[in-house]
Amino acid sequence: MTDSINLTIDGNPVHVAPGMTILKAAASAGIEIPTICYHDYCTANALCRLCVVEVEGARTLVPSCVAKVSEGMQVSTHTERVKRARRTILEMLATTVDLSEAPDIQAYMREYGAQDERFPEAEQRFSPVLDDNPMYIRDYSKCVLCWRCVQVCAEDAQYTHAINFTGRGFETQIGTFFDKPLPETTCVFCGQCVAVCPTNALKPKRQWLLEQGHSPDEIMSLTRTERRRRMRREAAAEQPATGGKS
Amino acid sequence: MAEIDLALLQPVLAELGPQGRTALLPALHAAQELYGYIPEPVAAAVGQALRMPLADVYGVIDFYALFYREPVAKTVIHVCGDPACSMAGADGVMKVMAQQVERHRIQGQIQDTIKVERAPCLGLCEHAPALLIQGAPVPKADTQSWEDLVSGKAQRPYSVVGGDINLLTFNCGKGRITNLDGYRKSGGYDSLRKALALSPDAIVAEVKAAGLVGRGGAAFPTGVKWEAVAASNEPVKHVVCNADEAEPGTFKDRVVIEDDPHRVLEGLIICAFAVGAHKGYLYIRGEYNLQYLILKAAIAEARQAGFLGTNILGSSFDFDIELRRGAGAYICGEETALFESIEGKRGFPRVKPPFPTTHGLFGKPTVINNVETLINIPLILKVGSAAYRHLGTQKSPGPKLFCVSGDVVRPGLYEVPFGVTFRHLMDDLAGGMRPGHKFQAALFGGAAGAFAVEKDLDVRLSFEDLRAAGLPLGSGVITVFDETRSMQDILLRLGHFFADESCGKCYPCQMGTQRQYEILQRIAENRALPGDKDRLLDVGWTMTDASLCGLGQTAASAVMSAIRLWPELFEARQTTPEGGPA
Repeated sequence: MTDSINLTIDGNPVHVAPGMTILKAAASAGIEIPTICYHDYCTANALCRLCVVEVEGARTLVPSCVAKVSEGMQVSTHTERVKRARRTILEMLATTVDLSEAPDIQAYMREYGAQDERFPEAEQRFSPVLDDNPMYIRDYSKCVLCWRCVQVCAEDAQYTHAINFTGRGFETQIGTFFDKPLPETTCVFCGQCVAVCPTNALKPKRQWLLEQGHSPDEIMSLTRTERRRRMRREAAAEQPATGGKS
Repeated sequence: MAEIDLALLQPVLAELGPQGRTALLPALHAAQELYGYIPEPVAAAVGQALRMPLADVYGVIDFYALFYREPVAKTVIHVCGDPACSMAGADGVMKVMAQQVERHRIQGQIQDTIKVERAPCLGLCEHAPALLIQGAPVPKADTQSWEDLVSGKAQRPYSVVGGDINLLTFNCGKGRITNLDGYRKSGGYDSLRKALALSPDAIVAEVKAAGLVGRGGAAFPTGVKWEAVAASNEPVKHVVCNADEAEPGTFKDRVVIEDDPHRVLEGLIICAFAVGAHKGYLYIRGEYNLQYLILKAAIAEARQAGFLGTNILGSSFDFDIELRRGAGAYICGEETALFESIEGKRGFPRVKPPFPTTHGLFGKPTVINNVETLINIPLILKVGSAAYRHLGTQKSPGPKLFCVSGDVVRPGLYEVPFGVTFRHLMDDLAGGMRPGHKFQAALFGGAAGAFAVEKDLDVRLSFEDLRAAGLPLGSGVITVFDETRSMQDILLRLGHFFADESCGKCYPCQMGTQRQYEILQRIAENRALPGDKDRLLDVGWTMTDASLCGLGQTAASAVMSAIRLWPELFEARQTTPEGGPA
């Protein structure tokens, strides 16, 4: 059993623990690899492919967020092949999704020389803002399908399973059982999905209302009414059960 | 709308409920048969019975094209829109069907009871233009009357089979299903008897020695796969037959299952014995309903006769097969997506490694083989690996099935030894080009393939010769185009196919198939923009190089091959978007 793996990344010798991903190994050597879907506390699924790197001997590019290091591996993180893939992915994303509130992705676009109008007449994934609860809004026009919200709602954190995917291919979206409003699902409004969303597709409702130009007082009264209504509903639902106990 | 009677569903849920999530697709199929679609309360009851999150149930319903979450017509007609059928006039058939439905609806003869939908390749390419009417295949729809079609009087298609040899297709193309008796009369199940007298190691060694490689398109050495699973210490292992045949132009597995189902079962049973598995799955695409029923009957026959079950043929070997239906998703032919589907999930391919031989179905070591791969097994055991290797070439031993469709006189399934020329297959076996027409090109390997042209006519059909010629063998699909065909139109259909069938998991394919389709639309409409060729190349390279699975990695293959052969087709025809011709 070896306690250290020797590889080279961009020509630099790197020594890391076995089982480490190329992404982490590169970071340990001070080499940054771009990522969109990856999150330190979520299961890595190798979706965005922005983290692909060239590995000597591999037929295709390799997703560094999941690929493990191996002895003697030769990794190149910024070859022309890699840059072409990253740039094209970013250009496709920019014509698909509203990235106006995703500064990290915009920075990548500048870094890789990606044009935001590379694909004329391209269909955008448009979806109206879903405002169905007092806690947060869902603006799937901004969703890059990183899967983080679905994962934290399930086995990565909360085990609530309120959301999953709908459609498939380009038409994939995040949704609930038969598109029900969130209060009618198993959602417990823990807010973890909002916390891991990288593009502001999920946003706290107060922040959203502030951005819409509502004053803090208005927002207070708006959400207070909603909170009261909800408390009344819950009280009404619990009453028979409580009555039975006493 | 009538009230949903959940009581109808109870027997199904009582039976499937204890299995948990893996029974999701069978439960949804059963529900849809009862209610015509999957209403919300039914989906909720299914989720509760299988103890799974409702959001996940919905995610699965919405993933598969053959599940409906809203009421649909009583009769759904699927018209194939992919190359072989479109060239035979499928678009016209679709139009006429839609007009007829409308006319009869206005006359009050039918009330929204018929719905016509465009479908991806139905695997009936030798009968183009083909339809499915409520799951029942209809050949040459352009020659049948509307009344015959909707009354169910349309004749069912029988396979067209030929070739230089018939080692795999001995019982095929005879216009009948080979039942257990017929199969045994032709020597069927003798190889299983032989196998059970051998050690599992000896069988694996024989398959390795035969040089058999997978026939589903990836050409991985079958014996190596088996050896890895056989060597595993895991007590539970699985074997899976991949019959999710959906590559446009491919119909070989359909023909084999339709005409000689027991040969597939025998191959799978021997495989299970060799690797030490006691449970097998046979996953067949949702559109192959007729073939599903044929397999169901064959499995029952085999079980009855003691070829499946406990102590098979008096040995100590126990094994059984569970038959599973897909529900309209090309991606489920990808092996790990197929596992996900059996496990009751959306058909998302998994990240590899780990590979199926260590972490396959339900996380257990799994052998997954294509139908054609498995039917080679009884043959190898029957004649021995040495005689098997006498067929074909040194590097591509054995027989191979080719699906020839398109503009040839006799589209059909042809069995040849590896190494015959493309010209021999096309001219001598499939009858050559239709009278008065010239060869323009042929698509090798289906939608995920590449184009062959005049200079390739004498290429030998073997893995090594085709690799040298830069052509894929794929699963043995060849679609032929005469000089009248528009390549832009063919490419548009392939682009549509991939945009429709991408699962949406990884970014390059999820967005790349859509962008590729949009550009191919401009090209087909003769209004390509400056830079469109480069856009196609960037998208194509990115999908090929950076996609997660084989679908994305080959989704640009045919387009890139067309750009190399006919660069002029992709030149700009206008200078600015939406501005009309410049």
